[in-house]
Amino acid sequence: MSSKIGIIISREYLERVSKKSFIITTLLVPIIMLALMALPTVLMVFHENDTYNYAVIDNSGKIAPYLDSSETLHFTDTNVPLDSAKADENFDGILVIGSDILENPSNVALYNHDAGSIDVESTITSKIKNAIETERLKAYNIENLSQILDEVNADVQIATYRISKDTGEEEASTSSMANFMIGLAVSFILYMFLIIYGQMVMTSIIEEKNNRVLEIVVSSIKPEQLMMGKILGIGLVAITQIAIWAVLIMVSVGAIIPALLPAETLADVSAMNAGQAISAGSDIETIRTISTLTNFGQVGMILTYMVIFLIGGFLLYSSIYAAIGSAVDNIQDASQLQSIAIMPIVIGFVCATVVGMEPNSTLAVVLSMIPFTSPMLMMVRIPYGIPAWEPIVSIILLFLTFILMVWIAAKIYRVGIFMYGKKPTIKELIRWARYK
Amino acid sequence: MELLKVEHVTKNYSGHKALDDVSLTVNEGRIYGLLGPNGAGKTTLIRIINHITAPDSGTVTFDGHQLCQDDVMSIGYLPEERGLYKKMKVGEQAIFFARLKGLSRKDANLRLREWFERLEITSWWDKKVEELSKGMAQKVQFIITVLHNPKLLIFDEPFSGFDPINANILKNEILRLKENGATVIFSTHNMSSVESLCDDITLINSSKNILTGSVADIRQQLGANRYRITIEGNPEELLQRLDGHILKKDIETISPTQTSVILKLTPDVSRRELIKLAADSVDMTSFAPALPSMDEIFISTVNNFNKEHK
Repeated sequence: MSSKIGIIISREYLERVSKKSFIITTLLVPIIMLALMALPTVLMVFHENDTYNYAVIDNSGKIAPYLDSSETLHFTDTNVPLDSAKADENFDGILVIGSDILENPSNVALYNHDAGSIDVESTITSKIKNAIETERLKAYNIENLSQILDEVNADVQIATYRISKDTGEEEASTSSMANFMIGLAVSFILYMFLIIYGQMVMTSIIEEKNNRVLEIVVSSIKPEQLMMGKILGIGLVAITQIAIWAVLIMVSVGAIIPALLPAETLADVSAMNAGQAISAGSDIETIRTISTLTNFGQVGMILTYMVIFLIGGFLLYSSIYAAIGSAVDNIQDASQLQSIAIMPIVIGFVCATVVGMEPNSTLAVVLSMIPFTSPMLMMVRIPYGIPAWEPIVSIILLFLTFILMVWIAAKIYRVGIFMYGKKPTIKELIRWARYK
Repeated sequence: MELLKVEHVTKNYSGHKALDDVSLTVNEGRIYGLLGPNGAGKTTLIRIINHITAPDSGTVTFDGHQLCQDDVMSIGYLPEERGLYKKMKVGEQAIFFARLKGLSRKDANLRLREWFERLEITSWWDKKVEELSKGMAQKVQFIITVLHNPKLLIFDEPFSGFDPINANILKNEILRLKENGATVIFSTHNMSSVESLCDDITLINSSKNILTGSVADIRQQLGANRYRITIEGNPEELLQRLDGHILKKDIETISPTQTSVILKLTPDVSRRELIKLAADSVDMTSFAPALPSMDEIFISTVNNFNKEHK
């Protein structure tokens, strides 16, 4: 009899996997994702080609010498009145510094022809701030001031380590930012998969019911077996898709990212992984993010948990979707009942940001244990490194709830597939579940 | 030899009685008509026989033992509301259903090729079902129903949607299956096909079995003391003479001068007396016992039942 489930599973699976749309999305989505990730870099390249030319009217005469031009930001000291500077199209903007700037640092104005760039504004602000501070210090007439300042200047880089709660040992530092982003990304993938594949189960059941093909199928196999076969078949499709993506991600992590990065950055990453100091001048946050992303152990663990939570979450939600699908005749009628399934998924996804920012708050822990939100929210917490028992308990709860839910769903399904016409209410669904 | 025995089966759906103490016996090698108005409970009974739903009370015995899930392998069911997976190819789909009925892929393939050749539809094998016409899809579905050589075949309105030529091909295939030893349950509203195909019938009305037996017996029994007399001229005088003994009469005008009277008489009038009376009173051109058609039996039995139970 179980071989019959196998026949159903293979039909459901092959029908979907051999579809052109499946093959295209499976290959296209990672490419689009990579393109989106590469977009900021591309924009940065274009951005650097822009050169801003600013006229400086320094009424104090103290600040202009400090405003050294760079490739992208060019300052021209000028004495022309503001109005004629404004008329000069060669300038992107005019910086007017008040004569009492040292006493009154707010007496600065920046006029722009186009919308001003935040980058430029903050660069100018920090340059003026440095200039004022240096000028003020000079007023104290300290000897060897510039030498003292050089010696005093400190470049602080915090190396963070996480003490593993399981082993008590220190683990390689990971970037909190990277963890947050990874968590959110995985949570988003789960959110998408649960909704898309859950609905696939539902529409497939509605279609069978509508087609009346169901009557023949259930004259050969028990309705519960048909439902289970369908859920498992479509689940396998989801796993196939995620597995292909995982392979593509691992390949890009293992091969593409290192190949794209400059050699010094890679040296810094391996130095950091070995617990050594990185070269001065490197941005520690960047190095840490790359280190986290290229950490095979970490990425592998996250992917493993992701697949487990995907399976658990899918089984749970698809049984709810199956029950809904069996109860209605067409997709339009399903929309209202569907909210039962969609609401918790959306809540889980919406809470992901909050949980990601406070991964160890009580709310985060509780929501990542509740089976309906746990797939999305436990996956947000896992990258930060949490005690191993937490995801395990959460997984056990998830699968126990699935067993309960599929049992209820099968009862509703058995009755629902032969009900045509009237759209049932939730009350009726509960009554169907109680039929012997 | 009894193949299927349904005893005192009752089934309730939330407040509505779909089957009320229904019993029937289907003998091996017979074609059994399951008749009844729409909503009488036929589909529920068929679903119970197919082990899709279970009765609330009563028993179903199949081939000598209580009906169980494995028996569905020995049953082929063609539901009234037909449907196949639209996007799936014909051959592939037929193999899928055959495997669900326990055939191996290889066996299914072999038998299907044979059937497709006999019905001359081999070119459909790689077509998607959505490319087929309704009648073509029904032909495919018929093959799917009978492919695993089931002991019991259940056809629910098998001829609907077929043109007369294809309906005839199908009818011959059903008779061929019967000759090869299959037992057939045949649910239909088409009474002429009942007369030409069925050996036995059961008539279900308002969830109850109200008439059961072999077609010949039922027609004989309900046709007792029922005659068709064709008359040249007016039948009035004959009817007057028979006054008080007529249970039911139907008058048909055959030609401007000829009239046909169908009379159901009380048992106290013998055939001899009737012939004598008719010969005396009217110009009779033919006289014959009139067996009721299944159509008439269906209508009168259901109407009588409904009148009694108002």
